[in-house]
Amino acid sequence: MTTLPLLALQTAAPPPAIVPADTAWMLTSTALVLLMTPALAFFYGGLVRNKNSLNTMMMSFVALGVVGVTWAVAAYSLAFSDGGPFLGSLTNFGLNGVGLEAKGTIPHVLFMAYQATFAIITAALISGAVVERMRFGPYVAFIALWTLFVYAPVAHWVWGGGWLMTRGALDFAGGPVVHINAGVSALVAALVLGSRKDYGRTAVLPHNVPFVLLGAGLLWFGWFGFNGGSALAANELAGLAFTNTFLAPAATLVVWTLLDYFRTGKATAVGGATGIVVGLVAITPAAGFVSPASALILGAVAALPSYFVISLRSRTRIDDSLDVFAGHGIGGLTGALLTGVLAQKVWNSAGNDGLLFGNPHQLAIQALACLSAAVYAGIMTFVILKVLGLVMALRAVPRIEGVGMDVSQHGEEAYASGEGSILVPPEAALVPEPLPAFTPQVASR
Amino acid sequence: MKLIVAIIRPDRLNEVLEALYRTEVRGLTVSRVLGHGGETEHVETYRGTTVKMELQEKVRLEIGVSEPFVTVTINAILGSARTGEVGDGKIFVLDVAQVFRIRTGERNEAAVTPALAALA
Repeated sequence: MTTLPLLALQTAAPPPAIVPADTAWMLTSTALVLLMTPALAFFYGGLVRNKNSLNTMMMSFVALGVVGVTWAVAAYSLAFSDGGPFLGSLTNFGLNGVGLEAKGTIPHVLFMAYQATFAIITAALISGAVVERMRFGPYVAFIALWTLFVYAPVAHWVWGGGWLMTRGALDFAGGPVVHINAGVSALVAALVLGSRKDYGRTAVLPHNVPFVLLGAGLLWFGWFGFNGGSALAANELAGLAFTNTFLAPAATLVVWTLLDYFRTGKATAVGGATGIVVGLVAITPAAGFVSPASALILGAVAALPSYFVISLRSRTRIDDSLDVFAGHGIGGLTGALLTGVLAQKVWNSAGNDGLLFGNPHQLAIQALACLSAAVYAGIMTFVILKVLGLVMALRAVPRIEGVGMDVSQHGEEAYASGEGSILVPPEAALVPEPLPAFTPQVASR
Repeated sequence: MKLIVAIIRPDRLNEVLEALYRTEVRGLTVSRVLGHGGETEHVETYRGTTVKMELQEKVRLEIGVSEPFVTVTINAILGSARTGEVGDGKIFVLDVAQVFRIRTGERNEAAVTPALAALA
């Protein structure tokens, strides 16, 4: 059965044909991007308090399952099958018609899987705005609905043949689609949920800064698949996007560290990790459209808006706890707009020239893409959360919030010592005589 | 002089510290302890291993105060540590024989009076 499409491909000499090199790179890229979600779990998990660290990490991990399934069943079809300018159709519902045939130069199933990893991390990004207070169940429901009603349509507009794609908006790997989309949704979610009970009253500090650095490092690693893979082939364009993904965050890290140093007198680790992520976000829409020199400039410039929005945000009552809006919304906006400034056709003939290279119109198209993604994501996130709020409580009551989300939502602790715990025997005690291990015993102290 | 020992819930610590700060009680020792105050145990499960957490995490505050501060300190803790559910904790008030401030060698009342001069 599986040989049939292959035979068909061999007999049908003209393209589209599957290119093995492209397929190999996209297999690798898919695995790289999937790793970004566990990486995000560490990045976010390190930034919250001990008592909420597992819950925060689970908010990323659960997206691997929930968004992965939502994507395969319906969201992929809504995003990438032929449809109208605003939404795809249900042609590929339930992966119907997603087979071994070529999509570009790679198998269609692989294209679907690669795009799934984008949907997963985009939804998980939002969790940073609602950590330490949002209940787990409503969160899971939210990201499933958000994938269907926000991510899939916006992906269709820009990548799936929708209205922004036909107008020539340039978004190489997900400025408006991933980062502005998630960043604005995060801001709205933080406002709908309200701030944590301790926010603005006591210092809420990262419980594990090494986790934050580990997460940032793994995110960078995975991002080579995110941007390099968005060429959808193992070609020059992938090489350009890959190199820019190395250069831009390097420049952002330098500038961020200097800003840190001149404002506080210290180069901070959490600041450095944040700078890397902001640089990665900013180069994402531009990666395959700008020269490596432009990538350095873009990365350096991108540090400024996000840095100052983080400083300003923390003085407000808006508890976007892990600064998803400042990092991803503002970082994505900066990158998408600078794409319209720095893009060059000599580096990517499928792209276009930007403002600096004689095409100011491109900047206007970029702004339109950013604005429409931001407005749509904001409104839809508000609606989804308000509707969910009618049927279930979105956030934990203050007492549970005080106890912590790890014990209350998951019945586990990140750093359990076992002191004072008593083993509970399995309820179906069909074995007549209890084994010694099942008899209650206080763990040694 | 009294030594006030309070066992409270860890998630009320911030509120208690705020309340103590407002009543101008300075100088205290905080330790993380395990204890049990009759509350229902919560259950945790780790891949098939189910455990009842018999001992809960608590926080112990130790505050040495002069007589005029005893009542305000107790009221501050009572007001801020209470949730109304079993397991809120206890306050013990102990007589203290002598107190010394190590830096200056001051004794008793002088030793538990905040050293404001040092802050200025």
